[in-house]
Order: sequence, then structure tokens, then C-alpha cells
Amino acid sequence: MKKILQIDNIEKYYGNRSNLTKAIDGISFDVEEGEFVAIMGASGSGKTTLLNCISTIDRVTAGHIYVDSEDITKLKGDKLNKYRSHELGFIFQDFNLLDTLTAYENIALALSIQNVKANEIAKRVNEVARKLDIQEILQKYPYQMSGGQRQRIASARAIITNPKLVLADEPTGALDSKSSKMLLESFNHLNKEIKATILMVTHDAFTASYATRVIFIKDGKIFNEIRKGASTRKEFFDKIIDVVTLLGGDLNDAL
Amino acid sequence: MLYKLSLKNIKKSFKDYTIYFFTLILGVAIFYVFNAIDSQTVLLQTKESTYEIIKLMTQSLSAVSIFVSFILGFLIIYASRFLIKRRNKEFAIYMTLGMGKRKISMILFIETIIIGMLSLVAGLGLGIVLSQLMSLVVANMFEADMTKFAFIFSKKALLKTCCYFGIMYLLVMLFNTIQISRCKLIDLINANKRSEKIKMKSPVICTIMFLAAVGILSYCYYRVSVPDGTNALTVKELGNIILLGVASTFLLFWSLSGLILKIVQMIHSVYYRGLNSFILRQISSKINTTVFSMTIICLMLFVTICVLSSSLSIKNSMTANLIELAPADIELMKKRNIPKELQEEYGYTDKQLESSYKTISETLKELNIDEDKYLKDQTTLNIYIDPGLTYSTSMGKTLEKTKKMYPYLDYDSPEVIVKLSEYNKIAKIFGNETYTLADEEYMIIGDYETMTELRNQALKEKTPLTIFGKELTPKYKKVKNGFIEMSSNHITDGVIVVPDSVINLSKTSTQLEKEYMIANYKANDQKTKEEIEAIFTDEKLSKLYPDITLEGTSKIAIYDASVGLGAMITFIGLYLGIIFLISSAALLALKELSESTDNITRYTMLRKIGASNKQLNKALFKQIAIFFLFPLLIAVIHSIFGIKFCTYILETFGEEEMLASVSLTMLFLILIYGGYFLITYYCSKNIIKERKS
Repeated sequence: MKKILQIDNIEKYYGNRSNLTKAIDGISFDVEEGEFVAIMGASGSGKTTLLNCISTIDRVTAGHIYVDSEDITKLKGDKLNKYRSHELGFIFQDFNLLDTLTAYENIALALSIQNVKANEIAKRVNEVARKLDIQEILQKYPYQMSGGQRQRIASARAIITNPKLVLADEPTGALDSKSSKMLLESFNHLNKEIKATILMVTHDAFTASYATRVIFIKDGKIFNEIRKGASTRKEFFDKIIDVVTLLGGDLNDAL
Repeated sequence: MLYKLSLKNIKKSFKDYTIYFFTLILGVAIFYVFNAIDSQTVLLQTKESTYEIIKLMTQSLSAVSIFVSFILGFLIIYASRFLIKRRNKEFAIYMTLGMGKRKISMILFIETIIIGMLSLVAGLGLGIVLSQLMSLVVANMFEADMTKFAFIFSKKALLKTCCYFGIMYLLVMLFNTIQISRCKLIDLINANKRSEKIKMKSPVICTIMFLAAVGILSYCYYRVSVPDGTNALTVKELGNIILLGVASTFLLFWSLSGLILKIVQMIHSVYYRGLNSFILRQISSKINTTVFSMTIICLMLFVTICVLSSSLSIKNSMTANLIELAPADIELMKKRNIPKELQEEYGYTDKQLESSYKTISETLKELNIDEDKYLKDQTTLNIYIDPGLTYSTSMGKTLEKTKKMYPYLDYDSPEVIVKLSEYNKIAKIFGNETYTLADEEYMIIGDYETMTELRNQALKEKTPLTIFGKELTPKYKKVKNGFIEMSSNHITDGVIVVPDSVINLSKTSTQLEKEYMIANYKANDQKTKEEIEAIFTDEKLSKLYPDITLEGTSKIAIYDASVGLGAMITFIGLYLGIIFLISSAALLALKELSESTDNITRYTMLRKIGASNKQLNKALFKQIAIFFLFPLLIAVIHSIFGIKFCTYILETFGEEEMLASVSLTMLFLILIYGGYFLITYYCSKNIIKERKS
């Protein structure tokens, strides 16, 4: 299997010498093509910082991040924008849809930024809408939709550019359990059907149980890593709970 | 503690305040500059006649200042309400911490005082510097020599500025307090979360409204640009047209805000290119809520353009008119042959009555003024009236129609009649065309367009007139251009010229109403000219010889009066124009800047999905440019017809002069409006800039 993402001993420090905070303290791991990886950790463990570094929203203090064997910590200017718009797809906790645009236009925007032709855009939006079963709500505005619908629009926007990597930051954080389940099932669908590589940050064991691999982070370091393998989702969920119990602390209240 | 909080707030939100502050300083400076003109003119070495008009000018400027302070007051109150709204969250934090509304009002109170003081000091400083420049302009306007440069400081203007702006700031404080006392904590906390619902307007209704607006506007344009002839505008109708214009401008913005989006949406290749969909949605979502302010801004710009360009052209065309309309050095006028019956009615003394039976030459001899020593090229013109010939008779069949349009004209005033030979003589001196008439023909001379248009109707009908018992028919179908009285404007509303043979009256006939004597001074240099002028000026004649009904109008007097009038109109136009321009640009700029602050999250999101900074800046530029250009464009279209109407009303001539003043107006527009646009763009760019952690 091809390695899509290689994280090589990255560090991220905040503050100055007298008051240094190590948000990430030497993390290394790889993500292979077609994997669905969840990163779990309590708030303050450094998981969002990790995601920000991968998405180039933030810069690492030390170490390297390779996406498809290109070192993205070295990217600058136009190349950086190109990386963000061509190689990455984003899904955020608070959806981050533009409230002035309809669902269709929100999805299309990701393509029009890349200067894709209008008729090509229409074809691709309709295709992705069919896959995520959102055809009926394409002409609605974000405020007319439920949270789950909004998040599926955001997912459609994230994958329409055929990114190498889809980054999801607490995608179920603002959803009720039913919408969460629907969204995660569509993630699974995307992961299996179109082989999308997904890296998801969450502190919810139920959400994490949909992934094929879960990486636990504590105090900026990797604490544990478990794979789903052949086990069912229920068994995997129990395994995750075990690790969470071991981890202790804040994560307990997330359950 | 509260003082410290206020000071820190100002420092922190200085970016938001920059434009507001800048506008306040400009407002104060302009207010000072125009009120200080008063003290600048005192230093000028001007003539008596100019002094009068300067007094009138300063009076009008202070009257305009009251109006200006209303506009600025409105702007300041609007802007401060706006800035308060932006700080809802901050107030919410204060309130949850238990701070009372009174204390929050106090914070705002202190802030207003600090900002008010700073802007007053800075504005007055700028104003004092600018008014030094202004004194050069003033001297140039009144064609006075600036013998030496003097630093001018007007204490009166300073106090007035402080007083007016002090009142405005007090009002702002009052409004702020009211606004704070009204708000509820829950609304403050949720202020930022409330997402605006986007109402899509029905495209059908939009199209209908758009067509209606365009229809009404074209009607208004037509009415104001073709105001001559039979369908001339009355004041009442003009009022209606202005109301219609305002309403249809609003409709136009309302419908276009919905339509443009719909149309561009249909063109997929444009709509889905780059960030176009985002830009358009941004604009239309805002335009939905800002149609009203857009209309106001558009109308303000319209007024600015019209006022500036017509006031700037008035002075030019006045000068041009003078060369044409006051060609001779002096024109003496004497009331002649006053009938005994009218003596009491008009209050003439016995001596005046007696004197009125003498010609101008005889009178001058009596007064021991040697006519030939001072004057050359003397020409005499007698004005006759025929009691049977009034304005209503000369209108003939067209009278009914005219009466309907202009019910307030004096239709019973007698027509002015002159002999052809005498008219031709003065026409030669004035440089006008001379004419010949057959025995049964008459013609009409005039240059006041509104009246000549009416007369043309009657002439077209070949209306016959009975003058001193003889029936005459018109030679021409139109009033011929010309005048008999020197003045600074086209005021001759119609003089009937008849063959000499028609008028056979005795010297003492009371039908001889007036006598004119047109002449040039026997002088080779300016000094002698002024000496002769002193003998014949109006004031002197009537003061020294109260028993004589003799008046003089000289080229120099007309010139002085008109220079002053031109300067006055120019100053008032500049004052109003600049204030309007600044106000409308500041309104737009404030709106745009606050939008940019609201849009930070949207831009951050776009950046996350891969839009480059270049793309984002371009989007921002387009968005702000469209917002600035849209009202300007419609204002410019309005102005094309508005200026046309202004030139008609003001009787100013010459395309080139208009072109010059329009280009000057454009320069002002580009400088001020464009300046605000650029500042807004750069500030907004700064606001949405990526913040590196």
C-alpha cells in the first residue's frame, strides 16, 4: 500500500523560553492510501494542533510532514494554496459553510477556486450529491438545513476535488446521535467506495469506532494505537473504551 | 477605571475608527474653512459694491452651515450607532460581570469626549492650514490683489466650529445612552450568532419593478431634459418629478439587487469562475438589507455632482455673459413723460415730474455735466408704450394655453415698443444684428429663453398686432436674439420693434415711457475710466440729484456685482458639494469596513479550502468596488439629465464651460470618493489578513 501521509517526528512549541508549552512533542506515524484513521485525545492533548499542522494552517517547530512524498512544511505562497485546494479536503466541527451560498454553490466553490469549467463543475457536483444522497437539498441555504445535512454538504465539498487526504476536525461535535451515525456511515461509504483517505480528530469513542485505526494522543505524544482488523464495530468500540479507561482523565467525561 | 477602559477601547478599535475619525477631522476642517472666509475677505482691498455682496455671501454661508451641521450630525450619529452595534459582545461581557447600563453609557460618554476632542483639535489644525490656501482662492475669486501674505486666523469661526460640533457630540451621547438603555443582555450575547436569512426576491416581481423603475425614470429624464415649448415644467410638476425620481431610484436598487444575481447565476461560466459566486452572493446579501442606504448615497452623489458642476460653471458663464451683455461702458436710463394722473400712485415729486419731460442730454446740461467731455458714441433709444397693447394681446390665440401653464405672469403689463432705426443704432454698439422691416411688419427682440419660447408660439400663428392704430404682422416666426438693457444675465423678455413711421408722437406724449442713452467713456486708461465712472454711478446720480429720474448702469458696476455673485455661488456649491461627497463616501466606507470584520470567518474558511491570498484580495476589491461604483453609476446617469436641467434653468451657455466644470467635479469625485474607496479597500484587506499564530 502507498503511504499518503508520513509524519516524521514533528514538534510544535508555543510561548517563549521561560514559559514553553509543548503542544506536540515528537509525533510520528504514517497513513496509507484508503485508510480511515481517527485521532483521539482529551482537550489540550494536541490533536487539533496536529491537524492544523497537517493542513498547513499552522507551522511545525521541528520535523517533517510528507504528503505523497512531498514535504509540505517547506511549501510557501502559491504552492501552499495549491496544496490546500488540490490535495486536501476539510470538514470542520462547525461546518464552515458560507451562509450566503446555497448547498450547490458551496460545493461548487471548491472547484471554481481551481478554475474548473462550469459544465464540468455541474457534472461533478451532481455525481457527489448522488453518492452522499443530498440531491434534494442542493438548492437550500445552510440555515434551512439540519446539522447533519450541513455536515454532509461540507463532506461533499471536501471530497469533490478528489483530494489525497480528507481532514475532519470533530465532524460529529455539533451533531445529535442520529445525524452523527448517518454522517459516519457516509464516511465509511466514501472510504470504501471511492477509496478516500480520511484523517479524523475526535474525542468521542463512538465516532472513533467507525475508523479502521485509532491513534491516541496524550500530552503531545502518541499514547497508544489500535487497529480494527477483522473485528466488528461493536468489538472495536469496546477496545477503544478500554484504552480510554487506561488513558483516564478528561476523556472519561466524553463517554 | 472607566476612563482607562475607554482609552484602551479606543486604542484597540482604532482600526475600526480610522475612517470615522478621518471623516470627523475633514468635517471639522471644512466647516472651519468656509466659516473663516468671512475674516479673509476683510483683509482684501475691495470696492464698495463688492463689499455688499461679500456681506451677503458670509450670511448665506452661515445659513448653509446650519444645514451642513444637520448633515454632519446625522452622519456622526449614524456612524456612532454603527460602531456601538459592532461592540455588542463587549457590552455583553461587561453586563454579565455586573456592570450597570449607566456605567456602560459612561464608558461611551468618555469615549465620545476623547474622540470629539481629538477630532476637533486635529480638524481645526487642518482647517487653519487649509484656510491659508483658501485665502488665495478667495482673493482670486474677487479679483483682488493679495499684496502681502498674511496668516489669517478666525476666532469667530473657531468658536462657531467648537460650538456646532459640541452640540453634535452631545446629541451623539444622548443617542448612545438611549440605545444602551434599550438593549437586552440576551440580544447582546446572541448578536453575532444571528445569521441573516436570505430572502430571494421573486424574479418576476423584480423584472416588473425594474421595468417600472426604468419607465418612470425615462419619463422623468424626458421631462427635465426637454422642458421647453408647450409642455414646460411648472414648479409643482417639478416637485412631483423629484418625488418620482427618488421613488424609482429606490425601486431600481431594490429590483437590481435581485435581478443581477439571477442573471449572472444563469451564465454558469461566469458565475462558477473563481470566487465570483461568493462575491455576488456577498453583494446581493448585503444589498438586500442596504437598498435604502444605497438609495440615499446615490441621491447624495447626484446632488453633489449637479451642485458642484453647475456652481462651478456659473462663474465661468457669468464672465462670458458679461462680455456679451455689457458691451458698452455706460447706459443711462431716464423715466420720461410721467403722466400727471400717475404722479401720486408712484409717489413722484413735482420736480421729478417736471424733469421727466426733458431728454437725458438736456438734463446733463442742466446738471453742468459736459457730455462731450466724458462720453463718446452716444446713442439714444426711446421706449414707447401703447396702453392697448399688453402682453395678453400680443399672445393672440396662444394666450389661453399660456395662462394655464403660467397663471402668475402679469398679463396686463404693457408691451415695450421701440423704433427700428433707434434699435439698429444700439444693436450696432452692442454688436447685435441689425434688421429691416416693411411698413406693415413688426418683429420681437429678446434673450430670456423661457419667455421667447412662449412668444415664438404666438409668432408662429402670425398674430397681427395693432400698434398706435396701425395693423402690423410679424416678419419672423421667431424672436430674434438681442437686448436693450445692459445686465449680467439674459433678462430681455421681449421688445417689439416697429418701423419708424408707426410712431408719430409729440415730444410730451405720455406714451414715451423711458429713454436710454448708451455711451462709451472718453478715456484711454483705467484711471480716467474710473474717474468718469465716479460721475455716472447710480448712487451718485440719485444721491446728488434726487429730483431727477436718472439712473446709470455701468459695465464696471455690473462686472463687480457679478464677480461677487459668482464667487458666492461657487463657495456655497463647493461647501455643500464637498460635505455631501464626504458624507456619502464615509457612509459607504463604514458599512464596507464593518462587513469586512463580519466576514473574517468567511475569508478564513475560503483560505482553508485553498483560495489564495491573491484570489481573496481580488474578491474583496471587486466586492468593495461594486459597492462604491453601483450608486455612483446611477448617480452619474441621473446627473447627465440633472445638469442638463440646471443649465436650462440657470441659462448658462457653452458646452466647453460645462465640460470644464464637469471635469473639475469629476476630479473632486475621484479624489475624495476614490480616496475613501482606496482607504476602505486597504483597511479591509488588513482586516481579513491571515493571522499567523
